Amino acid sequence: MVTRPANVVVLGATKGMGRAVARRMAERGDRVFLLGRDLEELQLSAADLKSRSAGADEVGIAQCDLQRPETFETALEQAETALGPLDIVVVTAAQFATQDRLEQDTDLAHRLLTVNFANTVMFCELARKRLIARGGGTLCVFSSVAGERGRKRVVLYGASKAGLSGYLEGLDHRYRREGLVTVCVKPGFVTTSMTEGLPRPPFAGDADAVAKRVLDAIDRRKPVVYAPAAWAFVMFWIRLLPRFVMRRLDF
Amino acid sequence: MPVVQGAELRSEDLARLTEDLPLARGLGRAYGDAALPAPNDRLIAGTTLADRILSFDPDTGVLTAEGGLSLDELCRLFLPRGFFTPVSPGTRFVTLGGMVACDVHGKNHHREGTFGRHVLFLTVRTGAGDVVRCSPDEHGDLFHATIGGMGLTGVILTVTVRLARVPSMAIVEECERAEDIDQSLDALKSASAQWPMTAGWIDCLASGRHMGRGVVFRGRWAEPNEVPPSPRSLPRNLSVPIDVPGWLLSEPTVRTFNALIYWRYGVRGRSAIVHPYTFLYPLDAVSHWTRLYGSRGFTQYQCVLPDGSGRAAVTRLLSVLTRRGGASFLTVIKDCGAEGSGLLSFPRPGISIAVDLPMRHHTQALVDALNEVVIAEGGRIYLAKDALTRREHFQAMEPRLDAFLAVRRKWDPEQRIRSAQSVRLFGW
Repeated sequence: MVTRPANVVVLGATKGMGRAVARRMAERGDRVFLLGRDLEELQLSAADLKSRSAGADEVGIAQCDLQRPETFETALEQAETALGPLDIVVVTAAQFATQDRLEQDTDLAHRLLTVNFANTVMFCELARKRLIARGGGTLCVFSSVAGERGRKRVVLYGASKAGLSGYLEGLDHRYRREGLVTVCVKPGFVTTSMTEGLPRPPFAGDADAVAKRVLDAIDRRKPVVYAPAAWAFVMFWIRLLPRFVMRRLDF
Repeated sequence: MPVVQGAELRSEDLARLTEDLPLARGLGRAYGDAALPAPNDRLIAGTTLADRILSFDPDTGVLTAEGGLSLDELCRLFLPRGFFTPVSPGTRFVTLGGMVACDVHGKNHHREGTFGRHVLFLTVRTGAGDVVRCSPDEHGDLFHATIGGMGLTGVILTVTVRLARVPSMAIVEECERAEDIDQSLDALKSASAQWPMTAGWIDCLASGRHMGRGVVFRGRWAEPNEVPPSPRSLPRNLSVPIDVPGWLLSEPTVRTFNALIYWRYGVRGRSAIVHPYTFLYPLDAVSHWTRLYGSRGFTQYQCVLPDGSGRAAVTRLLSVLTRRGGASFLTVIKDCGAEGSGLLSFPRPGISIAVDLPMRHHTQALVDALNEVVIAEGGRIYLAKDALTRREHFQAMEPRLDAFLAVRRKWDPEQRIRSAQSVRLFGW
């Protein structure tokens, strides 16, 4: 059960949707702890969260790099030492690159697949154990609508997210009875620096609107949330498309 | 009509982004080409993702934030805590960086001056590529050229400003009707002698003895005991869903609209306790209000006529406007106080007049004619609202230009920072 104010760890809160989620949580009074790669960036984001509400506590930070699994356990330990037992763990960090770039650069492709799937799953495993050990909690992880169908434009990135979504569904089935709520967020196109410079499709949303839906999904213990909302409808139809149609489509 | 093509690239890491893109664009509320790329440039750095608050001291009100933080967000976070921007323009959809670059002024200019007066420090990515911290005492030349410098000395990465303490979340607003231009100016002057916030609206289509009739608004922050227990709620936001067809914006429509405003504010005036947004940002309540001007759009024109030039000058300017068919929904007058420290800062003691100008084939000629009056009176124009002023006209009204360009040259020796506006007005 999540009590308020909740103890929250966010991995990836310095940018984009993670920044927006952390801000909304801090503003409603949750106690937030930030994990990320770059200590200087973490400090600036921690100062931002603290400045946003009167009388807010210091926001703790610790280094945690999805490329280096050896950082995971220490980072979570630091968070739990600072906050006490964790209620919510949010993971928004991930890598993105266009299919063309990934095809040209095999090292980058390997790194992206490792970070977005294997290492993210390993981080979630550690977080899951801690949440269950204190009697349950919420694990909210950002996957993507790119993982719903194999598509020409996002073969590799989509595959990494498909794996992640599959893992999160499995977790939900296996551990919900033990009190672990898994929230798999599937953002559609959201205008953040990750998607900057890409052509903007219809139904593009902004990070804060996504954050609002994500908080709502966490509060209502929803296992899957599409954001912005229109993408639930879009993806419903895309999932139904037969293969021979998908093969002809160029998106 | 001039057309500028370009694209904006945004990143949370503004410092890195601006290594390659030296011209910044915030929320794009300048009415002209100040934040549009120069001819042959294509990309521009969007600042709005760089929006973190880096520190706030509730004892002193001193806030440091990244340049892309919006005033809307600042108000949302700090108004409930009893702090407010020391100076506010007429919209909250602007960034801190933009407020510095335009050295914005507001209804309290006669008391508080421009935004730049309250800025303590800036960090700037200069055209030469360095990140420089500046203040009145530290690289003062860069500081004063950046205040009101339209982003041409460098990208404003962070702003440190002292917020003002406010006693409540409400404003006491009074309005008074004035029957002609003399009455309007008198009412504005006497209001400013006693009230911290003032501005006037005038009906620019009324002619003859009614020329310059209007309504003068005055306001002050309400004391806590004046505010009714139920919080001041905001009226529901309206929206203009589509571009309004051009024929709708004809002189008769504007005439009717102006008459309605004039009569709405009754003969005896009105006093009310309102939400600060109602008083300070009336147009923000109508989303996409600029669509009222149709697909051809509009620009604005704002100038200040110095105190010495007298009322006849105001009348002359208004009659040029009326004669040349510059049907403006909103004509706003404001008495300006002391000049700011920014080398190109707009306000100076006198009367500022701001008008909307729907884009038509004759708009360039209208702006030229208005500028000739301004030059003759020794006034100047506001760059944040300018799209059409000619280079020779700007040079004639800006004796401070050489000093500004010298500082600009020093910090950007290779002339990397250029906007469509800077090329139009300064040649680079």
